[in-house]
Amino acid sequence: MIDPYTESVLIFLGINTVLALSLALPVSAGLLSLGQGGFMAIGAYASAALTTWYGAPFPLALAVGALLAALAGLAVGFPALRIKGVYLLILTMGFGEIVRIFFLNFEPTGAASGFGGIHQATTLTGVTVTVVVLLLFFAQIRGSRIGRALEALREDELAAEVMGIELTRLKLAAFGVGALIAGLGGALYAHYALFIDSAQFGFHRSAEIFIIVLLGGMGSFWGAVAGAAAVTLLPELLRVIQEWRMTFFGTLLVAMMIWRPWGLIGRPRPRLIPGTPDA
Amino acid sequence: MLAVEGLTKSFGGFTAVAEVDLVVDPGAIHAVIGPNGAGKTTLFNLVTGVLAPSAGRLTFEGQDVTGWRADRITARGVARTFQNIRLFREMTAVENVMVGAHCRTSGGFLAAVARWPWRPSRAERATVRRAEALLELVGLAAKRDVAADELTLVEQRRLEIARALATEPRLLLLDEPAAGMTPTEIQDANRLIMKIRDRGVTVLLTEHHMSLVMQVSDRITVLNYGRKIAEGSPETVRRDAEVLAAYLGADA
Repeated sequence: MIDPYTESVLIFLGINTVLALSLALPVSAGLLSLGQGGFMAIGAYASAALTTWYGAPFPLALAVGALLAALAGLAVGFPALRIKGVYLLILTMGFGEIVRIFFLNFEPTGAASGFGGIHQATTLTGVTVTVVVLLLFFAQIRGSRIGRALEALREDELAAEVMGIELTRLKLAAFGVGALIAGLGGALYAHYALFIDSAQFGFHRSAEIFIIVLLGGMGSFWGAVAGAAAVTLLPELLRVIQEWRMTFFGTLLVAMMIWRPWGLIGRPRPRLIPGTPDA
Repeated sequence: MLAVEGLTKSFGGFTAVAEVDLVVDPGAIHAVIGPNGAGKTTLFNLVTGVLAPSAGRLTFEGQDVTGWRADRITARGVARTFQNIRLFREMTAVENVMVGAHCRTSGGFLAAVARWPWRPSRAERATVRRAEALLELVGLAAKRDVAADELTLVEQRRLEIARALATEPRLLLLDEPAAGMTPTEIQDANRLIMKIRDRGVTVLLTEHHMSLVMQVSDRITVLNYGRKIAEGSPETVRRDAEVLAAYLGADA
């Protein structure tokens, strides 16, 4: 049996990996978001309400939370995907704040005093299974028709459109599925933290998810995993240096951006398309 | 095949393309020439839906396609290359061509999840084979798994042509296919363009190299300051006084 401390670190590692993957997907299409915390909040509150008030089974609550987050993703994505780069960042950040302030004032889910009494349903096994399923999902996307389209979109939007790729649809899909994964991460988080309030899903959360992906490397989904590991485990390992650990962590980030701006995991090597001898 | 009527594009007070009429006949190699800034690339951007025209009409195979989005125009059967090469740089040659096949294949996230990870689907294998055949056509079979970034300029131009052909166009627009090439390379480009025409693809191209234009073109349209100043067979255009004036100065 693993001790409770290790278990809790591993569960947070898993949840952070899920959240990082939620951003890695839109990023793989060249879409940056600083609003993943907002999608996470929707998944967290919706699933917690379902299990706590209505006694819904956890898997159902997970699915509903993720779907609601995906719907929000589509609603935000529709106007947002006409804009790019830093403007998209600002817009998604604004969305995250709107969600936070909504839950800060929404009485049924506790408003400022938060939403407590959630029963624990997130287990290490559950989180591990979710991460493995997501990694399989990403591995399947890579090298598929839609995966190539996403990559083409990131590399050259105009050329991608001229090759017949419907930009809006593809971007919306990437953003929506990303929001779905973030909602899933939020639901897992709520059923482990057992108490949620709006502050947990604010800008700092979105920024943390962003940093994980940035640190790991924007090029691949393994980067998201490596980044999640670094952001979750390093502060734990650095407990020995006590109050200096966050300072050290920040310095490390700056150093990374200077000497290794492509992240922990390098650019993915061009993968080879298997030959077709059985023509 | 392609009919352009009164096509106009203004950027603020500047008119890049002014009331251009153009008819491209099926099976032809049609060149659009003109000095720098004559509006050739803008004309291409209008025809391929990259830019929306300020006025005028575009008809492709009898259907009005004015104002259509670029991806719909491509799906309708018009493909193009870019003067300033726009390949997917980190993707391999064969992957670039496979992206070109996007609008002729299907499958989204669900299809991606539902496939066997170790064995490409029948459709995927067909796409790979078609991409390989196109690489063969443009002479890049040996560069199949090389990232587009690592190809030479000439190879990149050829890869762009293969990628455009993967969209299965009936009309192919080549924006300066021989820019930056040596005379030998231009001869190769010539042969490739004729090979493409012989496959039943109508070609509309812009070019600065007169040797290439005169050799391959069935018909030439000359633009200057966004207006059509001459049109006809290579011989007619060569002798046209206004064309000479545009290229060599008014006193020539």
